[in-house]
Amino acid sequence: MNPDCNFTFTRRRVLAGAGVGLVAPGIFATPLPALAQQPQGAVIDITRARTDPIPVAIPDLAGAGDGARVGRDIARVIQANLRNSGLFRPVDRQAFIQTAEAAAQTPRFQDWRVIGAQALVTGRVVEQGGSLRVEFRLWDVLPESQLQGTAFTAPAANWRRIAHLISDVIYERLLGEKGYFDTRVVYVSETGPRDRRTRRLAIMDQDGENHRFLTDGRFAALTPRFHPSAERIAFMSYQDRGQPRVVLFDIGSGAQQVLGNFPGMTLSPRFSPDGRSVVLSATRGGDANIYVVDIASRRERQLTSGGGLDVSPCFSPDGTQIVFNSDRGGDQQLYVMDAGGGSPRRISFGRGRYATPVWSPRGDLIAFTRFGGGGFAIGVMRPDGSGERILSEGWAMEGPTFAPNGRVLMFYRESRADSRGGGYSARIVSIDIAGFNERPIPTPTDATDPAWSPLLS
Amino acid sequence: MKTRLFGAVAALALLAACSNTDQNAATGAGGAGTVRPGTQEDLVANVGDRVFFDFDSSVIRADQRPVLQRQAQWMGTHSSVRVQVEGHADERGTREYNLALGQRRANAARDALVAGGVNGARITTISYGKDRPAGLGSDEASWAQNRRAVTVVQ
Repeated sequence: MNPDCNFTFTRRRVLAGAGVGLVAPGIFATPLPALAQQPQGAVIDITRARTDPIPVAIPDLAGAGDGARVGRDIARVIQANLRNSGLFRPVDRQAFIQTAEAAAQTPRFQDWRVIGAQALVTGRVVEQGGSLRVEFRLWDVLPESQLQGTAFTAPAANWRRIAHLISDVIYERLLGEKGYFDTRVVYVSETGPRDRRTRRLAIMDQDGENHRFLTDGRFAALTPRFHPSAERIAFMSYQDRGQPRVVLFDIGSGAQQVLGNFPGMTLSPRFSPDGRSVVLSATRGGDANIYVVDIASRRERQLTSGGGLDVSPCFSPDGTQIVFNSDRGGDQQLYVMDAGGGSPRRISFGRGRYATPVWSPRGDLIAFTRFGGGGFAIGVMRPDGSGERILSEGWAMEGPTFAPNGRVLMFYRESRADSRGGGYSARIVSIDIAGFNERPIPTPTDATDPAWSPLLS
Repeated sequence: MKTRLFGAVAALALLAACSNTDQNAATGAGGAGTVRPGTQEDLVANVGDRVFFDFDSSVIRADQRPVLQRQAQWMGTHSSVRVQVEGHADERGTREYNLALGQRRANAARDALVAGGVNGARITTISYGKDRPAGLGSDEASWAQNRRAVTVVQ
């Protein structure tokens, strides 16, 4: 069984208010007594969201002293998360009639209705001796009902994490599908001139906060990908100067180990959904073939053969299939095969070359990079190759990665360099899979190869 | 004609880079005419250290074959020299595919050296994909320089 399923179940149960529990290391959640009737299920149909973001009022959480400061900070993080999703429209604070303190006591729904809010977030923060108690309630303004009431207790240092957890609860209760705010992104931080770049792994929250480097730049690191536990990553390392190889990296300890015992280069790793194996590409002579490596036994199994370059494999979320790109038919196209191997079938038939396929965690789509003619594009298609849609186009872009709910993609864009390499930049951006709301993710340096983590709790 | 020009430009660029990085060695050495035989400088100045490829191809072009033949002869003369062949690609492709393509180019150059009589045990290969361009621009002149296999004395 996928260990993720257990996490998901626990999280949903706790946050829906059915129990008391640990939702993340150091963060406990308990249900709050209802102040009004609680309806079942989501109230707003997500299919409307594209053209009609939900107006939501997010006053500062009330509090005294440090509690007031933390309450304001949490509200601002929630507001940024919801706005950045493109599916919510935070109501202008200038328009608020009722004070945050009064709303935390008892919302006066008329005051929120007249300024156009459909949903209201209220709460209170008590800060005592380095720990926080954050009470949060979500209200449906028109029927005047409470959708959620939860109290989080945690060390004060975890306030940002609580803000992301609350954002995910709001997203799930209002849209009826899980959020993606309590997640992180690992990527390649790039500095220096184009011909002598330093490439280091870095990790950050999905909104760019809590940024830190994982490697020191003494060797190049490329294409990091998360393990389903979000505690480990696999990436391609040039630490061995003789041969670049796929390496497993423990985020907590920094421990590294080379995966497999291949004579040539190994590249383009991705974990299986159960986290027990890694699918990758290995070169031998002039060819590159797909292998799956069992992490515990280190046993390798070759899945493709022949004279082509087979790279960028990715499992389907149920683990039964693998999509990859190959030039076996002449130029690069996408192919799907059974996870045990067998004859691949081509799924991409549009104009241009197709690469870096990645399967949505929902299973319904495969995102890809397409290029040819004048530029690059990021798009999605169904796993059978039908329904291709281009989401974004430009000079150069590649490497899509899905948010855990399958609703948002990140990828990276590069700008065109002049003849001396000037004007070049590389930036991570996110976009809704409906093809709107493309926005940059802030990073301190040029950034490539983003990988989005699963939900952390 | 066009390709030979790119080759010359690339060689000049590399000489310039060498004189920057190896300034101590180069100062007072007096120029390309006095390089020590069997060194990278010798290979660059008197043989040619790199061959170029067509887009998305790892086939050794007819106009590039003489470079590898000269390299093989040079390695025959300097029989203790070991080399690493670096394969590279231009930026018009994805990172992962270009890593594999660079490996295939390095391998093609290696095979040509072996066919020219060099013991394969003296040659290793590595790929940098599109991540170490020689030409820095986003234009065909740079891309033509970057689709390359470079022989580097170890």
